[in-house]
Amino acid sequence: MRAYAIRRILLGIPTLIIVTILVFLAVRLIPGNVIELMVAEMAQESGMGEELTVDYLRAQLGLDEPVYTQYFKFVGNLFRGDFGQSLWTGRDILPDIISRYPISIELGLIAIIISLSISWPVGVYSAIRQDTIIDYAGRTFAIGMLAMPNFWLATMVVVYPSIWFNWTPPIQYIPFVEDPIGNLGMFIIPGFLMGTGMSGGSMRFLRTMFLEVLRQDYIRTAWAKGLRERTIILKHALRNASIPLITSFGPMVLMLFGGSVIMEQIFCIPGLGRFFIDALNTRDYPVIQVMNLISAGSFIVVTITIDLSYAWLDPRITYR
Amino acid sequence: MADSLGGAPVPTGLPAEPTTTEVKQEEKAHHWLVDVGIRLVKEKPLGTVGGAIVLLLFLTGIFADLSWIGLPDVGLAPYGYNEVDLKIRLAAPSLQHPLGGDNMGRDMLSRIIHGARVSMFIGVFGSGIAVAVSTTLGLMCGYFGGKFDLIVQRFVDAWISFPMLFIYLTVMAIIGGGMIQLVLVLGISSGIGGSRGPRALVFWIKENVYVEAARAVGAPTSRILLHHLLPNIIPVLILSLSIGMGGMIMAEAGLSFLGFGLPPPIPSWGGMISGAGRIYMIRAPWMLLWPGIALSLVIYGINMFGDALRDLLDPRLRGGLGRYGGISEKKLDAIRKKAEEKS
Repeated sequence: MRAYAIRRILLGIPTLIIVTILVFLAVRLIPGNVIELMVAEMAQESGMGEELTVDYLRAQLGLDEPVYTQYFKFVGNLFRGDFGQSLWTGRDILPDIISRYPISIELGLIAIIISLSISWPVGVYSAIRQDTIIDYAGRTFAIGMLAMPNFWLATMVVVYPSIWFNWTPPIQYIPFVEDPIGNLGMFIIPGFLMGTGMSGGSMRFLRTMFLEVLRQDYIRTAWAKGLRERTIILKHALRNASIPLITSFGPMVLMLFGGSVIMEQIFCIPGLGRFFIDALNTRDYPVIQVMNLISAGSFIVVTITIDLSYAWLDPRITYR
Repeated sequence: MADSLGGAPVPTGLPAEPTTTEVKQEEKAHHWLVDVGIRLVKEKPLGTVGGAIVLLLFLTGIFADLSWIGLPDVGLAPYGYNEVDLKIRLAAPSLQHPLGGDNMGRDMLSRIIHGARVSMFIGVFGSGIAVAVSTTLGLMCGYFGGKFDLIVQRFVDAWISFPMLFIYLTVMAIIGGGMIQLVLVLGISSGIGGSRGPRALVFWIKENVYVEAARAVGAPTSRILLHHLLPNIIPVLILSLSIGMGGMIMAEAGLSFLGFGLPPPIPSWGGMISGAGRIYMIRAPWMLLWPGIALSLVIYGINMFGDALRDLLDPRLRGGLGRYGGISEKKLDAIRKKAEEKS
């Protein structure tokens, strides 16, 4: 176990290095004409006029030096905690990201709680009663929510109730410290839409795991001993089936970053997703770079943690 | 049975051999895929519905018009997807235009029908590229193992640690939109992440004696990979192909919503929901409604079909209800009571 842990953590290091290279290269692959376009756009909007040239912008992006120098500068700055400045506002990127982090985390947590409270009962029940009406109904609901694009539902939820019932879901961001209930009220609708959309995936995963566990010998033994179904399901099957579910928390963390982009856009939530989209629309490459880096870095840390806790929780697995 | 899998003996646990004796008698009559089809219809009504929806999507997509054999005026769609008739601008559904008209005066029904072709194209090619990439990577990493695997897997790790949407958005912002670019980006990036499944499977299959035997008689690596390993992971590939299609169509819709999808006038359902559909959703709700319904229906169908296929193909899930029983507490109590009465 200790050897496995050390190996797992050591393998994370080259992965992180590759992530920095990918993030770094992505910005360097931008075709030159985009930079010219940026110059035109920026000159118009910022009023900087003639001093803003292609060369200036390239220098600003750090594109005027040899590639390897640029890379080591980039990584060196990261180690010193310097994540660069926004092209447009000139402000440090890191504080902006840190202030948005809790907003996206809150939205993501609400979504995950809702998704789990749907996917667990449906997944377990549809596995123990495979191919019955309840199985079909539960799965139709969970997969149906996955099938309906959440931006489609969200658009309708924002607009139609206001016409029919004169009621609009809150789309003004309310900080938690000022009004906790109002804050929760504005997160609950996007959170619910995201959560139901996510539940289909974990429901399917749990159902598959459960179907597999139910065919094991120890379940048959439990039946043969004359145990009640509730005991078999809750004590014998659920414990074994839910350990692998831990591994699906990793992709959920990615959802915290990626999946909330659309919801934050529709419900005007000033989280990380919106920050990222704004940066893409204004071609704010330093910001795009840092956002990609931070989300990938968090994911690597989370997956290592998950792998280690998985190995710790499931003693049957031996690692070399 | 084994012959149909390219001559390679089937390792225990792979879904090639039929489960019921009834099928066993006619096993020589048809391919194992036909068996799966028969069982799908017999045992999985929801999966059959899903399969029918997928089939409907394909037929609609192919026969939307016959421009691919030079007959653009013949086909299911009554009008062209970009045929403007200002008289039906924002028109409500009517007999001539059952689904109404959009803000440019185009027939919604025709656009939905042509949208099926776009979705089919993205689903089939995106998912096809993804499966091709993941199979190649998975086969090579799994078979060669060692240092090669160690190094390639670090890249795979790095790649999957980016949120998919971020990858798509960043790449699309760099290379610009378009059908081919979109399909390539979607396919390659999900293929890299998906290579883990085939890789794990190959690790397990290559321990079989027949692989050893093939190597001993001097079969070239390419032959071992293509004739001995590949046929054994085909059921898994069919699964990822079918489930991947839904993900591709959905990803395109999400990208279109954020303004990084297919450029107009390509009639993509995602694009219809997000652009003009949202602007005119109060005056002409059908512009938002129909594409959304079409999209949901197709994704639902693909998922249900894929789930049923998994139930049938996944070696770990073999054996229907019988192994578990699935008897409710009530029924069990009744049985116990009966047994007590007897004794």
